[in-house]
Amino acid sequence: MSLFRIARPTIARRSLLTPSVRYKHTLPNLPYDYAALEPAISGKIMELHHSKHHQTYVNSLNDAEEKYADAVSANDVQRQIALQPLLKFHGGGHINHTLFWENLAPKSSGGGEPPSGKLAGAITVTYGSVENLKKNMNVSLAGIQGSGWSWLVKDKDTGALQVIAMPNQDPVVGKYVPLLGIDAWEHAYYLQYQNRKAEYFSAVWDVVNWKAAEARYRAAA
Amino acid sequence: MQLSALLFTQLPQYLLNLTNPSATPLSASITNPSLPILPEDMAETRFTLPALPYAYDVSSISFDFNVGPFERALEPYISGQIMRIHHSKHHQAYVNNLNAAAANHVRALQENDLHAQINLQQAMYCTSRFKFNGGGHINHSLFWANLTPANTSQAKPESAPKLAEAISAKYGSYSGFKDEFTGALLGLQGSGWGWLVKNKKTEQLGIVTTKDQDPVVGDLAPIFGIDMWEHAYYLQYFNDKTSYVDGIWNIINWDTAEGRYLDRCGTLKL
Repeated sequence: MSLFRIARPTIARRSLLTPSVRYKHTLPNLPYDYAALEPAISGKIMELHHSKHHQTYVNSLNDAEEKYADAVSANDVQRQIALQPLLKFHGGGHINHTLFWENLAPKSSGGGEPPSGKLAGAITVTYGSVENLKKNMNVSLAGIQGSGWSWLVKDKDTGALQVIAMPNQDPVVGKYVPLLGIDAWEHAYYLQYQNRKAEYFSAVWDVVNWKAAEARYRAAA
Repeated sequence: MQLSALLFTQLPQYLLNLTNPSATPLSASITNPSLPILPEDMAETRFTLPALPYAYDVSSISFDFNVGPFERALEPYISGQIMRIHHSKHHQAYVNNLNAAAANHVRALQENDLHAQINLQQAMYCTSRFKFNGGGHINHSLFWANLTPANTSQAKPESAPKLAEAISAKYGSYSGFKDEFTGALLGLQGSGWGWLVKNKKTEQLGIVTTKDQDPVVGDLAPIFGIDMWEHAYYLQYFNDKTSYVDGIWNIINWDTAEGRYLDRCGTLKL
């Protein structure tokens, strides 16, 4: 009887948690039309990237979290650890794409307009110029061996800007705050650029939303 | 030395030396002349793109009375457009970058000799480029040869009687094997490859995945590989990689697989 008493609240809490819509992640709406980033990124790419790829990360994250919650309820540490790569991959995919959509914008909404304010100052201090930062980031992007992302980040400890590359869907965590991310997975450009990824890395700057990067920089202060 | 022999015997072992954490530390391995692999050999060699043993697409081939017009490309399972770009652009880039990396690698070694010290950062950079592009060249060379147009006799699993026996013994049935292999392929997170391998010591079959362009090295011998980079299927299948994997079972070259399983291939003819 006493065992039941201990077990029951856990089960009750679980049944509230797992099927609950409240805790499920959802695909964020794009703040612009699929075709709005053309010609830098085609509408077809944006549609597949958002409605299929990002949706799959969201679905798989929800699925992994549900399994993880079960493992936690069962106090099964091994199963929790076994699920962590899935959580990291799909959770990272959800985080990265959410940040990415925000840090892009159509030209008509200021996409490609150079940064201003404190972020612009910090870029000048670290990289000399925005152009030179772009060069640095494009070298980072071109050097990714496989799938991954490059990020302009702020180091929380030193306050300095830095360009880092992350493999697969590893999100930016820990001492780094992501300011601006560029997706270097092939699905981000292949339908339009195929193997000519340098052309994508060059064109994507036309639709970078520096306002979003500035807001993240301010929030990280 | 023959190019193919160099590539398929020395390069994987060299990569293993570079990447195996239990092997000699990097600083020692690149200066120790007694190691079996001399990087200088690599740099004298110009790696080249192997020709495909079939056409890119059905429209680019002429009629052959022995084979017919439609049997000599991988369509409809892999489109001509994908094959053309994958082979003539992606694989070619791995070959070009491998040649450049090999030359840089040797230059770095010579400079290190000159200054009697190791620039570790430079060595690591060269190593990483060398491994990535060398792996890309090896993997794609193995891949093209372990595919065949669907209507050829090599595309039938019966072309690999010994291997089929071993597969049934290990996985219960051919479909059990396919299910397990498919699960491994679809579970890959990011770019990479899935391989049926044979352990050279135990003769046991296994299914492994390798990330990015890491090649199968060490005790494992590749029997056949499936490319799970998005460039291998995206123009035709988009995000639907399950359909790509379902389709590719129709164009596995079981004759090649049997040869690799029985160590009949030796070094791959390029």
